[in-house]
Amino acid sequence: MIRLTNVNKDYHTRSGPVRVLRDVNLTVRPGERVGILGRNGAGKSTLIRLVSGAELATSGIVERRMSVSWPLAFGGAFQGSLTGLDNLRVICRIYGVDPDERVAFVEDFSELGLYLREPVKTYSSGMRARLAFALSMVIDFDCFLIDEIVAVGDARFHAKCNHELFVNRADRAMIIVSHNAGYIREHCSRAAVLEAGHLQHSDNLDEAFDLYNRQTAVAA
Amino acid sequence: MATHVDDVSTHGLVEAWRIQRRVIWALLLREILTRYGRHNIGFLWLFVEPMLFTLGITALWSATKAVHGSHLPIVAFAVTGYSSVLLWRNMPSRCVMAMPPNLGLLYHRNVRPIDIYLSRLILEAAGAGIAFVVLVIFFHFIGWLALPENVLEVIGAWLMLAWMGTGLALFIGALSEFSEAVEKLWHPAAYLLFPLSGAAFLVDALPVEAQHYVLLLPMVHGVEMLRQGYFGSQIVAHYSLSYMAVWNAALTLLGLAQVRKVSMTLELE
Repeated sequence: MIRLTNVNKDYHTRSGPVRVLRDVNLTVRPGERVGILGRNGAGKSTLIRLVSGAELATSGIVERRMSVSWPLAFGGAFQGSLTGLDNLRVICRIYGVDPDERVAFVEDFSELGLYLREPVKTYSSGMRARLAFALSMVIDFDCFLIDEIVAVGDARFHAKCNHELFVNRADRAMIIVSHNAGYIREHCSRAAVLEAGHLQHSDNLDEAFDLYNRQTAVAA
Repeated sequence: MATHVDDVSTHGLVEAWRIQRRVIWALLLREILTRYGRHNIGFLWLFVEPMLFTLGITALWSATKAVHGSHLPIVAFAVTGYSSVLLWRNMPSRCVMAMPPNLGLLYHRNVRPIDIYLSRLILEAAGAGIAFVVLVIFFHFIGWLALPENVLEVIGAWLMLAWMGTGLALFIGALSEFSEAVEKLWHPAAYLLFPLSGAAFLVDALPVEAQHYVLLLPMVHGVEMLRQGYFGSQIVAHYSLSYMAVWNAALTLLGLAQVRKVSMTLELE
């Protein structure tokens, strides 16, 4: 279970602290798929960073009682001068997994061929994204964090990613943040709306979409 | 103040220590590969690079017949002196602005800023240590340098210098995350401290008045102790282990406090 209780997050700017999340409460149980809808700047990515533990909350309680992934397909931790394979080894060692057992999967899934043995800085953005997604599937987590639609590669590769994530890991919890209501409707059983740092819960999906649509309509 | 409760914390300190060792090892190997790659001599550069520094200084001092105020051979003097400089000077330099290029790694929750600093420090200390041992063995082999009189004392002094380097590095490194001026000031400071650090003179050869001032610097005590261990009866060393230990402890505490501040206020892209 993941539980956030009265979580606040401030960022420091030149004109003083700015509160990005206000009194956020959120509970995610094992196997549950929770969508969080929000427009640009609502605080979605900040929320993901707090849940992942990459950043610390300014106040409140963040509890992680199950293993939580890093934001899915995040490639920012790559060391460009290392090969794809070396980057795989770094991640496996950090999580205490034997790299040799995972090489075959990454080779097969990423479809990078001999480029897996070339420095990541020589990759195109599409190749990087394929490697990043494959590495996200290498470590087993109880809960996956998804920041925006996972759109990797062409339609066929995209379908393969969705199968790996939503079918092969159907029993895992997921937190999906997105501004795309359709994506959340497709994959989530519950949704909440994040607006200007406030997380508003709804009893069912439709209610959350109504709330979100009203917000976007006002903005338009 | 925010509270973070992790699945890990329920397993206690032993599990946390196991994870931290694993993370530091992973970062250490990543750093070796990134810095030295698999080309030419690869990770051997780890100690060949500091070795070349010491060799260069040794050659320079020998050629100019540097005045160091003792009858010790210049080679012996340079190898013991410059090896100690590598510790207190290079360790902080490796930690200055170490965070920005590694911010992405912090998305892996178990990787914390202290792990990034410690992996770099272990690597730096290992490089300087291996370089020292290799040079001693090499110069001994060709007959230019006797082996240390008291190996344990040399190791003790070396560990004291490495401890000082660690404390100073954590403090300067973490401080540099808050102000770019720290990086600008550290380089001239390190440069100016070198001639005062005891690497190029014996404290005993200085006027008594100057001895008092120079012994305010903690690394001078480490170098003197190292030379006493190495040359023993041939020189008169001036140092206080407790004075240096107080400095080291203070630097370590300040450093850890500063690293904690980095962890608390860190903002990822």
